[in-house]
Amino acid sequence: MAIVTYRDALNQALREEMQRDADVFLMGEEVGVYQGAYKVSRGLLDEFGPMRVVDTPITELGFAGVGVGAAMAGLRPVIEFMTWNFALLAIDQLVNSAAKMRYMSGGQVGVPAVFRGPGGSALQLASQHSQAFESYYAHIPGLKVVMPATPADAKGLLKSAIRDDDPIVFIEGEMLYNTKGEVPEGEHVVPLGLADVKRSGGDVTIVCHSKTVSLALKAADELAGEGIEAEVVDLRTVRPLDSETILSSVARTHRCVVAEEGWPFAGIGAQVVDTVQREVFDELDAPVFRVTGADVPMPYNKHLERAAKVDAGKIVAAVNQVLYRERDE
Amino acid sequence: MATTAPARSRPRGGLDPARADVYRDWLRQMLLIRRFEEKAGEAYSLGKIGGFCHLYIGQEAVAVGSLAALGPDDYITCSYREHGHALARGITAQTVMAELFGKAAGSSKGKGGSMHLFDASLGFLGGHGIVGGHIPLATGMAFAAKYRGTEQVAVCYFGEAAVNNGAFHEALNMAALWKLPVIYLCENNRYGMGTALERASAIYDISERASSYDMANEVVDGQDVLIMYAAMERAVQRARGDKVPTLLEVRTYRFMGHSMSDPIHGHYRTKEEVEDQRKRDPISVWSQRLIAEGLTDEAAVKALDKAIIGEVNDAYQFADEAGDPEIEELFKDVYADS
Ligand SMILES: Cc1ncc(C[n+]2csc(CCOP(=O)(O)OP(=O)(O)O)c2C)c(N)n1
Ligand SMILES: [Mg+2]
Repeated sequence: MAIVTYRDALNQALREEMQRDADVFLMGEEVGVYQGAYKVSRGLLDEFGPMRVVDTPITELGFAGVGVGAAMAGLRPVIEFMTWNFALLAIDQLVNSAAKMRYMSGGQVGVPAVFRGPGGSALQLASQHSQAFESYYAHIPGLKVVMPATPADAKGLLKSAIRDDDPIVFIEGEMLYNTKGEVPEGEHVVPLGLADVKRSGGDVTIVCHSKTVSLALKAADELAGEGIEAEVVDLRTVRPLDSETILSSVARTHRCVVAEEGWPFAGIGAQVVDTVQREVFDELDAPVFRVTGADVPMPYNKHLERAAKVDAGKIVAAVNQVLYRERDE
Repeated sequence: MATTAPARSRPRGGLDPARADVYRDWLRQMLLIRRFEEKAGEAYSLGKIGGFCHLYIGQEAVAVGSLAALGPDDYITCSYREHGHALARGITAQTVMAELFGKAAGSSKGKGGSMHLFDASLGFLGGHGIVGGHIPLATGMAFAAKYRGTEQVAVCYFGEAAVNNGAFHEALNMAALWKLPVIYLCENNRYGMGTALERASAIYDISERASSYDMANEVVDGQDVLIMYAAMERAVQRARGDKVPTLLEVRTYRFMGHSMSDPIHGHYRTKEEVEDQRKRDPISVWSQRLIAEGLTDEAAVKALDKAIIGEVNDAYQFADEAGDPEIEELFKDVYADS
């Protein structure tokens, strides 16, 4: 298998799906001539031309709505937000148009569109450019929320998302674009709605997604050195949530930590905790712990930023809590 | 103050007798909308219709005249004030009334209600409830037509209050930039709820907004169905033929309150103003024209009206007797496989 960056894995998925289906097109700011703000769309304008790789003005609400309308008319738009921070200007189109269309038309009109771009915390970009929004969209019936953590999943999930008949919020990890991994060439499709056990272990379950998957794996390595075997469950799709995989893991390990980059209040982890306590309460040997970004706007200062973000050490600390291990720091 | 006075001169000469059937059908459609809306208002007062219900009385010539210029494959999107457009496009009175009643036989199986009428088979892609929110959607439908190289045109109906909203400007800019076959039809009935145009907009001529985007535009008298039709035909020609968008500012007036909870006059407009506007009732404007030109007569209009009242009563009875959606419907249509 080829070793490919997360960025290029996404590029492969886009290229292959655009080759496969003439109804698929890419639209967003700087996706064409500039080759993508994060170079995900590199080379696509040359290959597919300006009707299928469409540069837009800075008009998020407008082009998100254009994507929804084009999807209502039967196309399969891939709408790129330069980052999900800017997609807030378009949230009306995702929530009130894309998510509701099928329902309020009594099943007549679906919206097979993918809205994608980078999200999550970045590096010293301060409050407005470094934040995680998945819980906003996961809250909405009618939307699916997909968040790949590895290059292989990035490719396979994006291909599935483009083929899916529902509107998809596809949040890429802004800090993951340069990460590398094995990616199957050609047809490689990862079904939506399935979590993936990225590492097996019997002592504790760490539920995570996107950027926190690599942090959880790092934490698991560290814990292994101390004789603790952590199971790392990568959600991959935040909605629909793969409760089955989470619950069967927790039923074996009896302890659970949930990590996410977002804020703690009403976050994805809160949803996981709800499911776990309700379904496998009797299996739990400790309360579930959550590791989240700090409940503050992201600071610019390096030291403050580090304190605000999730890292492997915070996940290790949470595991120690649910294992009731005393550790001198 | 902007008025509904004809903005361009009335087409000269008599009506084309060869099109008499079409002209009479426009009268039929306008009467159908009028009687339907009256019945809907009655049903609302009886509690048969819930939620918000926005009547189209006074604006009938806009939907009828403009939709008459469209082809069967064209796309239509509307605001929440869309019963008239749905009927003029050909959704039956029974199906629309059943949707207003929330019944399974309604156009959206009772899940959309008054504000969300759809019939995908007619290209009727919704009533939408967020002011301005559907303007980009129509733009996307026009984009799809261009993308596929079809001859389709997308039309978007919205009120004058929507032009102060960012979605309007973002959509018009893209449509002009990309030369999309879309017609933005602004029904300027002078009020957004209780706010007069002059209290909300820095400029009073909405058509002028198009100049920001170098877009073709016209001011149209929306109380005259023929003038409306002719202007729409020009806009359709621009969209289908020249592949460029148009903004039509159609001057009209709503004779009823904003919604069923709003009285006809009161705080924001006077009884005199409404009475004055009622003198240009689009239905009498048109029926009198047809009578004057000898294309119909009083007795025929009366008979037509009677037949339509019967049709609307049937629709009411149909909706009243129709069944509610099964409770299982609650969880259906959220996703493609649900
Ligand atoms: C974004 C948004 N803001 C506010 C409302 C509440 N609202 C519903 S209709 C309306 C007035 C709209 O007036 P106009 O666009 O002129 O259409 P008309 O009702 O006259 O047909 C308002 C403020 C809404 N539905 N959407
Ligand atoms: Mg208005």
